[in-house]
Amino acid sequence: MRGYPVLIRTLSGPAHRALTHRTGPTPRRSFSTSPRARKDYFQDLENQFKAFRDKATAAMPGSDWSPIQLNPGLPPERADIVIVGGGVIGWSVAYWLKKKERVRDGVRVLLVEKDPSYSQASTVLSAGGIRQQFSLKENILLSLASADFMKNINEHLGVVNEDPVDLQFNHSGYLFLANENVAHIMEENYVTQRDLGAKVALLSPTQLKERFPWINTDDVALASYGLENEGWFDPWTLLNAFRRKALSMGVYQCFGEVTGFTCSTQTAETTDGEMLNVKRIKYINVRMPNSLEYQPVECAVVINAAGAGSGKIAEMVGIGKGPEHSVASVPLPVEPRKRYVYVVHCPDGPGLECPFLIDYSGVYFRREGLGGNYIAGKSPEEAEEPDVSDLEVDHEFFQEKVWPLLCHRVPSFERLKVSSAWAGFYDYNTFDQNAIVGVHPLVNNMFHATGFSGHGLQQSPAVGRAVAELVLDGDFKTIDLSAFDLRRLIYQEPVLENNIV
Amino acid sequence: MEPLLSLYSLQCQLRRQCSAVACITVARRTYTPSHPTPPSFFNRVLFTLNKHFYEVEHLINWSSWLKNKVIRRKNVFYGYTQKKFGVNVAASYYILGLGGSFRFADQPEWFRPDSRGKFSYDFLNTPNSTIEEIDLSRTLINHVGLENIMSQTRLRHLRLQACPEVDDWFLARLHLFGETMEELDLSQCSRITVGGLAALQHLRKLRRLNISSLPRLKNPGLIRILLEEMLPHCEIIGVDYEQGLLQAEPPTETFTEDSVHAGSLGASRRL
Repeated sequence: MRGYPVLIRTLSGPAHRALTHRTGPTPRRSFSTSPRARKDYFQDLENQFKAFRDKATAAMPGSDWSPIQLNPGLPPERADIVIVGGGVIGWSVAYWLKKKERVRDGVRVLLVEKDPSYSQASTVLSAGGIRQQFSLKENILLSLASADFMKNINEHLGVVNEDPVDLQFNHSGYLFLANENVAHIMEENYVTQRDLGAKVALLSPTQLKERFPWINTDDVALASYGLENEGWFDPWTLLNAFRRKALSMGVYQCFGEVTGFTCSTQTAETTDGEMLNVKRIKYINVRMPNSLEYQPVECAVVINAAGAGSGKIAEMVGIGKGPEHSVASVPLPVEPRKRYVYVVHCPDGPGLECPFLIDYSGVYFRREGLGGNYIAGKSPEEAEEPDVSDLEVDHEFFQEKVWPLLCHRVPSFERLKVSSAWAGFYDYNTFDQNAIVGVHPLVNNMFHATGFSGHGLQQSPAVGRAVAELVLDGDFKTIDLSAFDLRRLIYQEPVLENNIV
Repeated sequence: MEPLLSLYSLQCQLRRQCSAVACITVARRTYTPSHPTPPSFFNRVLFTLNKHFYEVEHLINWSSWLKNKVIRRKNVFYGYTQKKFGVNVAASYYILGLGGSFRFADQPEWFRPDSRGKFSYDFLNTPNSTIEEIDLSRTLINHVGLENIMSQTRLRHLRLQACPEVDDWFLARLHLFGETMEELDLSQCSRITVGGLAALQHLRKLRRLNISSLPRLKNPGLIRILLEEMLPHCEIIGVDYEQGLLQAEPPTETFTEDSVHAGSLGASRRL
């Protein structure tokens, strides 16, 4: 008797109706729920949980903790900073954001990654080199800072009770070869690099031949050799080190795809009298893998570190979709470009001293391991860019374009055999092939860190720190990257790298 | 009540101040490439508490930060000494302070600290003598502290036996001694790998290189061959050609022609 009114209050519609229906014709009452009522209760369990969760939210309005998770893969409903893209740049930004927060759990950082297997991610398909031989001051400083980070990587990214980080860094340096036409560019760059602290040496053809007897120095006028802080390492280890450390510091990770944004718009007037619509992102929609279910995450800041897919993310938020000849019509000029990497085996090729050699014709190769294997490739011409719908490798490209140049430069490569090959995407900046770091003036809470065009991995620790400074401190504090701001895209002033390839 | 409250407020302050330090967690275990020993009971308890309590996390961070501080203090840049006494005196003072010994180019005797770490200041009398041989075995020198010795460009012999902080980045910085370095001893340095040995190609005058007992080298024999190709005039000591090679199976009791033939084929395929 006592149980019956309680049951009426807590059960929802169908169970209640079942009970009243049963007690209608027979005057006998039972103290326990009958099997039919229990069955309806369990069929309705999901609604019960939802009702319980709504009550819990109503009781604790400030927190988004709930004891029952309907779908554990969903991201939290609210986050302060959402990072789109789980490559090395995304995780580097996540790590530095957590490192720079002054209060424990000061910012809630959520990182959204589309593909948990990283099968098409540019980071893991990269050749993994780091060099300071650039012509732009910012690029040199970024690489130097990243090399300094990697020197003490266990101090930065070591986690208690986990294995120390071993990047397998090969300190063999980069060797650039120039012919007479471009030797003057190499000399100017050498002066810039030396001034900023990069340890580079210029070699004449005779010195080159003495140091590396296996090079054919016929048309080489000058060579530039990196002595310190240059070489190659394992990108997967760096990515996992950043990821492990960031997760240990409390970054939320979610596997899902960003499908849209909800923004609020305000109009602003420029000095010319033009009316602009300035957007502010309020919600970012994250869709679960293989499902239509999505979660709108309320956020304050979004960081676009999606690599080759950054152009699409920018399009989703409306960058580039505006009336012609206005600020809003300039899209984010980042698109994927496919690059091939071929693994070759040559029994009598260069030995342990083989650097990362880049020829003025664009062909490059480096040693891989100790068994006479090398990694070679070449950037294709603009007109011959391969199709980017998949990651299939074109072996004809190696036969026609890469092998002849390799043999010309290193005669012993005539006897090589291709063991395997893979392809990866560059997040290619079609405007000036340099990084895009900053805020678009029309979407003022979305920070971009993309467009690295092949240099993202080597600049990732320093770029992560720069973006974290931009978000948390408001301005660059250690390295000034204002040259990479998005305003240059709107003013159409490219910042070009004046290198020999 | 009063002391407890002050302790609690101190804790809160420390919690807030140390949030920056708390993020620097360091695994200061020596690298063990195979068979990691399971952590002791005390360590397991400590790590379980570390997951649940901020105070334990701070204590663990402080202990690793203190260990780092010792190494950092040993490798500080002797800029003041260099400015006041000259680069040679600064380098000598640094080496003796670390616990190493050296010999000037124009004198036959070695300057060493005694067993208690005390040394004589006679090197002040010869500020213009450059150092020719340095023995930094079992000291805490790392790639930062190498800056103090960079000025000694006429260095010929460098001994770094069992130095725990010498790693590949240290070897990459040795290119400055490329014209003069003749002997280098890297035995028992637990952090050196092949990537660092590849950087030794800048030492064109190297005559003797000791790479015995480097635990992180997977194929010492192969690396010896590659180093000998890279540095043709250099003698590599401490490694046999057979080290790192997979051994063939010993032949079985019953000797039939087929089994012997198959065994030798298998061995040649594996090698």
